Amino acid sequence: MAELLQHLVNGLVLGGTYALLGIGLTLIFGLMNVVNFAHGEFYTLGAYAAFAALGLAGLNFFLALLGAIAAGALLGALCEVSLLRPLRRESIDTTMLVMIGVWIAMQNGELLVWGGVAQSIPHPFPTAPLVLGPVSVAPLRLFVLLVAAALIAASYLLIQRTKLGRAMRATFQDAETAALMGVRIERIHTATFAFGAALAAAAGALLGSIFLVYPSMGDLASLKAFSVVILGGLGNVPGATLGGLLLGVVEELGAGYVSSGYRDAVGFVIIIVVLVLRPAGLFARSERIG
Amino acid sequence: MTRAGRHVAALLALTLPFWLASPYFLHVVIMAGIFAVLALSLNLLLGYTGQLSLGHAAFFGIGAYTSALLTLRLEWSFWAALPGAAAAAGLAGWFIGRLALKLRGAYFVLVTISFAGVISLVSINWMDLTNGPLGLPGVPAPELGPWSLRTKGAYYYLVLAAVGLSYLACRRLVRSRIGRAFVALRENESLAESVGVDVTHYLVLAAVVSAALAGMAGSLYAHYTRFVSPEVFLFTYTVTMVIMVVAGGKGTLAGPLVGAVLFTVLPEALRAATSWQWQMLAYGVLLVLLVFFLPRGIVPALSALRRRS
Amino acid sequence: MLAVRDLVVRFGGVAALDGVSFEVRPGTITSVIGPNGAGKTTAFNAITGYLPPTRGEVTYDGAPLTGLRPSAIARRGIVRTFQRTSVFPALSVADNVRTGLHLRGTAGFLEVLLGRRRLRDEEVRLAREADELVELVGLGHRRREIASELPYGEQRLVELAVALGARPRLLLLDEPGAGMTASEKGVVSGLIRRIRDAGATVLLVEHDMRMVMGISDTVIVLNGGRVIAGGAPAAIQAHPDVIRAYLGSTGG
Repeated sequence: MAELLQHLVNGLVLGGTYALLGIGLTLIFGLMNVVNFAHGEFYTLGAYAAFAALGLAGLNFFLALLGAIAAGALLGALCEVSLLRPLRRESIDTTMLVMIGVWIAMQNGELLVWGGVAQSIPHPFPTAPLVLGPVSVAPLRLFVLLVAAALIAASYLLIQRTKLGRAMRATFQDAETAALMGVRIERIHTATFAFGAALAAAAGALLGSIFLVYPSMGDLASLKAFSVVILGGLGNVPGATLGGLLLGVVEELGAGYVSSGYRDAVGFVIIIVVLVLRPAGLFARSERIG
Repeated sequence: MTRAGRHVAALLALTLPFWLASPYFLHVVIMAGIFAVLALSLNLLLGYTGQLSLGHAAFFGIGAYTSALLTLRLEWSFWAALPGAAAAAGLAGWFIGRLALKLRGAYFVLVTISFAGVISLVSINWMDLTNGPLGLPGVPAPELGPWSLRTKGAYYYLVLAAVGLSYLACRRLVRSRIGRAFVALRENESLAESVGVDVTHYLVLAAVVSAALAGMAGSLYAHYTRFVSPEVFLFTYTVTMVIMVVAGGKGTLAGPLVGAVLFTVLPEALRAATSWQWQMLAYGVLLVLLVFFLPRGIVPALSALRRRS
Repeated sequence: MLAVRDLVVRFGGVAALDGVSFEVRPGTITSVIGPNGAGKTTAFNAITGYLPPTRGEVTYDGAPLTGLRPSAIARRGIVRTFQRTSVFPALSVADNVRTGLHLRGTAGFLEVLLGRRRLRDEEVRLAREADELVELVGLGHRRREIASELPYGEQRLVELAVALGARPRLLLLDEPGAGMTASEKGVVSGLIRRIRDAGATVLLVEHDMRMVMGISDTVIVLNGGRVIAGGAPAAIQAHPDVIRAYLGSTGG
């Protein structure tokens, strides 16, 4: 029982960051209709930004996290304006190819800059785990869970309570009407993408501090983000939150009770099972690459 | 290409080991050939039916492992293992085709990536079958009667034959009623159904043939490098295939060939100056540039130029 | 002969078709008319397998069509066109029609791989048939042009030629006159008559009353997902329920 609770706690820590990844991608894929295969690269970028801020700029841990989020938002905005905006009238598969290109370029760029050796992000927390009843949690992991929860809550607030959030919801429900009401559609698209990228970067900085930072860490993150989005439903933010938490917990339970070698397969299997079992007709037959 | 040009090219190809005897260059050419088969296979799916498979390395890897295991563990001859590898990969293709039947576009891509991810994890973890990360060394070279096709010169002819047969098969398919059905799938699926094209059947057929060809390439690779490890599932192979097809010209027959040669020879030529990371970085940037400036690829762009002059 | 019996199609709580029954006699031109939203295209979709009906059945010459996929229905000789222009955009006019001739070919996978000689003859025959169809719809001078680059009216003619490629015994045309000029409609009407005279049956959905009354042998009127009248054109024009349906609807 204690073991189960332990796995649950670990799963929630992971799941919180998966939720961040999922929320970001559900906005980008679900609302903007962009198949962002580079989502994991913003995750990696966040991790390396935190690493650089700490190691090179000597900033403290918390500022480094903020720096990571800022880096994600900035690069996301840049990406959207330079690559996605000109292609907005093109088919979904064209933007997909472009994001694949960005994926490859960003990852190998990171490989060239930082090298392939995994780095670790130094953090100020004591390593001795806190014992809360039957479970023990490293203070860092607890911090990650809290920050993830805070960011999830902040996302909700942004989408539901702010002017920007209202504009976003209006744009993605009915762009024409929103434009007539004075919403700057182009800016909303940039802001949404930047927001999604920022969340991914936050997830990367958080998980990067628990585990290691290496250039290909984003590949699995991308896939898991898609898995969460598919689980929770495209454009569905609460769905992505729940989906992320669920994925984290299932992964931990699977690794603990079944096999740790196949833990990453959970995300893959979810994608395959959910997509295959969905009734016919729910996916637009007009979607096509070519 | 003119008739005379084609004859000259054929002559050059048939006599290549005699005028390009360096083992290094032969190696590059052999790899170009293996990738040509891969590019042709991906092109069937991407260029003709319009579905992108980002898990194509899975079929390549399944072919490589099947061929290696059949020759190592069951002591089959290479000439039986090759079709066996193609069949195994084809079966996987059938599975993906049926699985992804109702999926199109991004969802199909996601399923192919996930499938490749699972297969890759299996190859790493199922130690009894695949020997895990250590891989399978000592894969035997093919034997033709008393000769062992061990030398690069001999293997070149094997690969040349494979490329020729693959090209011929693709050409016949594409120029037939079946090829038209594939294209109909890509262009307008509901219209295709309305005139009697069974979309399910042709999508699965394309997936099976595409996977089988990739599996054959895997077998050729396994018996050339004589070592198979989970690295065959590396995403880099898939990326390279995609670049070859997209840059060469998807939906054309010459496109993948041009792409394969270009993107095997070019990196080798630049190898002295750059590392493979720079190469992959360039591929990423190139993909973006291609989408913006040369969306149909090199071969169609050249044909358009020729028509205009 | 096509027989539709008690066809019901429900989306959520709304019944797009609420118990539709009618018959289409062979060798006739039958038009289905009705105000917008009456369920005409839904009926087409249900008959040709693009939409599974909630209840009811469709039979052709006694054999059931319900539950078959569109390509199987096409193989029975029933072909439909679409409300919005539907061509193979990147292909030339000739290639569009040749693709439509899919059912006229027999090449199987193994035969194609082996490069059997008879396939060459078949390809020649198909190319010739495609050219004939292109000429039939009057687009001979456009056969090499890319379909998506043609003006709207000509694209609809390509659509018709593609549908004819499948050699339909029953052709369902969804608004063949939509967006066409008067002279283009005349051309289409003439083609529809020729198709009927060649022995096929035509069922069409159309809004242009002059066109409908001019070429139809029978007219069926749908409103609110139900058949409210059916008969000869003259009788339908004078029918009080029909007049009320059209005057009462806000669309039409």
